[in-house]
Amino acid sequence: MTRSRAMLPYVVWMAIFIVAPLFLVVYYAFTHTGFNGAEFTLANFQRVFQPIYLRVLWRSVNLAVASTAICLIVGYPVALIMAGNAFSRKNTILMLFVIPMWMNFLLRTYAWLTLLERNGALNQLLMAAGLPTINILYTDYAVVLGMVYNFLPFMILPIYSVLSKIDQGVLEAASDLGANKLVSFWRVILPLSLPGVVSGITMVFMPALTTFVISRLLGGGQYTLVGNLIEQQFLVVGDWGFGSAISMVMIVLILISMAVMSFFEDPEEGTTLW
Amino acid sequence: MVRFLQRTYVFLVFTFLYAPIAVLIVLSFNAARSRGVWGGFTLQWYVELFQDRVIMSSLYTTLFIGAASALAATVIGTAAAIGIYNSRGWQRRLVMNLTYIPVLNPEIVTGISLMILFVFAKMQFGYVTLLLSHITFNIPYVILSVLPKLRQLNKHLYEAALDLGAGPWYAFWRVILPEIMPGVVTGLLLAFTLSIDDFVISFFTTGSGVSTLSITVYSMARRGINPKLNALSTIMFLAVLLLLVIVNVRQVRDERKGRKQSEQAQDLSFLGNRDAVGLDPERV
Repeated sequence: MTRSRAMLPYVVWMAIFIVAPLFLVVYYAFTHTGFNGAEFTLANFQRVFQPIYLRVLWRSVNLAVASTAICLIVGYPVALIMAGNAFSRKNTILMLFVIPMWMNFLLRTYAWLTLLERNGALNQLLMAAGLPTINILYTDYAVVLGMVYNFLPFMILPIYSVLSKIDQGVLEAASDLGANKLVSFWRVILPLSLPGVVSGITMVFMPALTTFVISRLLGGGQYTLVGNLIEQQFLVVGDWGFGSAISMVMIVLILISMAVMSFFEDPEEGTTLW
Repeated sequence: MVRFLQRTYVFLVFTFLYAPIAVLIVLSFNAARSRGVWGGFTLQWYVELFQDRVIMSSLYTTLFIGAASALAATVIGTAAAIGIYNSRGWQRRLVMNLTYIPVLNPEIVTGISLMILFVFAKMQFGYVTLLLSHITFNIPYVILSVLPKLRQLNKHLYEAALDLGAGPWYAFWRVILPEIMPGVVTGLLLAFTLSIDDFVISFFTTGSGVSTLSITVYSMARRGINPKLNALSTIMFLAVLLLLVIVNVRQVRDERKGRKQSEQAQDLSFLGNRDAVGLDPERV
């Protein structure tokens, strides 16, 4: 049993670089440094709930929900088709979804900049086809598009991974018992795939809520989501207290959404969140 | 008919995923600086890319930090995985939860909290802070790659080695380590890729003058379109493609040799991204 001591360096490391910093965030969120040193305060949180910042939060949640929903609607059929027998070389198809994920995240987002520009590739194509051009760069649409583009594989892969493990016997049993395809999808496949859907939603919603890169590049310099707000507080304004308070509110939002999602999760899988 | 519709749908989604990359690749050979026109074929942007001091130095920084942090994380993480595997009860639960914090925490929070820590400790921002941060977010992924291999291990192997006269260290080097090596290598590669790909945490923990490729790309992209970025994207895409083809060919060859299903599932998590680790159904 002495071998359990092998994890000691790791525990010390994590205590210093993960746990202590999180305590520092909490400390800064609840203190105000005045002339008499640090004092306890709730002012930072009061500020978070001012209308101007609530609007930013609301917008971030809205956009994250929208992109998660789009990813689910677009991605679920893809996962279902891939798990079926439409393709003979499944590994290759799976690989094709993985390749874009491996490209640098910033370059992927930058690619949309070139596509969506006023004279960009998309508009050139539309003009050539005699269609009206669209100018969505630096709007909500571009930001949602960027999120969907970057996070779609995170939705498809977990759902596929669950669907491909469904026992074919269960489906045969359903059809033997008189279920047509629609019924067996609705009553058998969909419920069995829920754990995959849940982890897909979490994997899309979290980065979508906290991003500041997609909003900065595709939303433009003035575009503010909660991630941009935090970044500004730490790198531009230097108000760590307020930045920490927003971070804490964001973490709470994420914990709430995870708690809601784990409600749908398969209890046997075991939810090891915290 | 249904099959045709299904295939069409999947190919439409592929078009959505690949069209932006394809456009970048085409434009990287475009002589005209403005995107609308095709000004003939050129390699000018590639030449400029390799002559760009900032880009080249951030490439070296990225590779150096990636290799160093992956090695350090692999050593600490493998030891930690062995410790976790041999521990029980509340200790084990505590350490596993500790492991999941950086995996589940939003990157931006990890980034700002590390930044606060380094300022608090009055450290100078630069290579050291960058390296420490990368090691920190890499270790959990090494642990999550090594643990499944330890669970597949025959429990009596270690005891047998001890019975045959091996000391604990000797038994580890000659018996345990070779057995869990695939997991260790997966963890190392995963850590290296994550480090290279990271932007958010590096952004908050680096100092002036030290910049990774991602940070350089960000500051260039923020200023708008740049043909050098198209060339860079093309090179990176081809590099990834090559790497994945090699990995895949190797995997297919191994499968022919008849490997177990569970190992394939684990390789999938390596092929993905850091978040794809969450796909592993065998998580603790």
